[in-house]
Amino acid sequence: MTVRVRVIPCLDVADGRVVKGVNFVDLADAGDPVKAARAYDAAGADELCFLDITASHEARGTLLGVVERTAAVAFMPLTVGGGVWSVEDARALLLAGADKVAVNSAAVARPELVAEMAERFGSQCVVASVDARATTPGRWEIFTHGGRRATGIDAVAHARRLAALGAGELLVTSMDRDGTRDGYDLLLTRAVADAVDVPVVASGGVGALEHLVEGVRDGGAAAVLAASIFHFGRHTVAEAHDALRAAGFPVRRH
Amino acid sequence: MSGLALIDYGAGNLRSVHNALAAVGAESVAVTDDPDAVRAADRIILPGVGAFGAAMVQLRAIPGMVEALDETVRAGGRPFLGVCVGMQLMAEWGEEHGTHRGLGWLRGTVAPIRPADRRARVPHMGWNDVAPAAPHPLFEPGEAYFLHGYAFTPEPDAEGCVLAATDHGGPVVAAVGVGSAVGVQFHPEKSQGYGLSFLRRFLDWRP
Repeated sequence: MTVRVRVIPCLDVADGRVVKGVNFVDLADAGDPVKAARAYDAAGADELCFLDITASHEARGTLLGVVERTAAVAFMPLTVGGGVWSVEDARALLLAGADKVAVNSAAVARPELVAEMAERFGSQCVVASVDARATTPGRWEIFTHGGRRATGIDAVAHARRLAALGAGELLVTSMDRDGTRDGYDLLLTRAVADAVDVPVVASGGVGALEHLVEGVRDGGAAAVLAASIFHFGRHTVAEAHDALRAAGFPVRRH
Repeated sequence: MSGLALIDYGAGNLRSVHNALAAVGAESVAVTDDPDAVRAADRIILPGVGAFGAAMVQLRAIPGMVEALDETVRAGGRPFLGVCVGMQLMAEWGEEHGTHRGLGWLRGTVAPIRPADRRARVPHMGWNDVAPAAPHPLFEPGEAYFLHGYAFTPEPDAEGCVLAATDHGGPVVAAVGVGSAVGVQFHPEKSQGYGLSFLRRFLDWRP
């Protein structure tokens, strides 16, 4: 076999708490990211992703504490993103126990940060976010501020540039689909996957297991990220693996 | 000092390796940058993530550390484990951001992964097989987490050092060994049950 398709639950974290909570198991505290991480570790998730949506920079210490406490109890790969603006921000997350660091807005404002991080930590640690909306058929534009602010930057060209600067993975989120449960923007995912040689993670819009299969089969993604279908117990990670296996893709055994 | 010396040279996964060792009940683990502690330890672990050259520079920045590791490992007998870049540093050469001399215990070079099958994306990122080359007390067949863009290739006459392989558009070295020193390209500290079992076996290993 070859490297497995990864199934990645993603937790939005604000001020050290999981936004909306995680309810797929009976956790005493559904808002505790550490408990959620343990539950996903036990459930056989291939990686876990924390996206920090804390508005204030002062709360960074809280996130580092969450990462430290998570890494002490969950022995699985962890990607952490949100609010990473410097090499030092990334270094602090890696030392706390993150395996990969995702850069979002900073990769738009100052793409060179990706190169600086790759040189210091290696490309394999550097995930660059590509948050995009369709503008005209077959064209997508990078949006920031949770999808509210247009930048005029072509998403595929931006993705290519980030990979060339040393990003080891691209997290491609359709801001059109995010939260809709209508499935990934497969054309966007495929356009980026075809433009780069690094792994692409499909993100935004998963409402059913079939969407995960489509992300890999039609989108060309190496990994599929989802939130609500897992958090609220609609499906388990094992069911996600089964669906991908049934479609002919290599996945991890349970 | 006896016990296990976990070498602190600024590697990003130091804490995660320490956490995993604690989870499998390792006793008397010393996180250390003291060469004398390395010389006195029963077991040594060299963690590592990032780029070969930068890691080697950080290791050399600790006065006497490379010499202490070299003496101890070449003398043999005491188990040594290199993890990821810690494993890659066991090689003679690394070609990440320039050509760098490694610890030189393994004849070969760490170079970019160039899959024969172009569909395999680099970095090699995710869960993949660990297929032992031959029965070995440390290596069980299973699935572990890999996260690397560079890989070790032995010299043609030094292939015996490869203890396990994986496949990413072609064979990729997953584990190496020479005497009582072993190295793993995968991350046992991030490989859930498989990784913790591996660390448990390493702690019990009497080569």
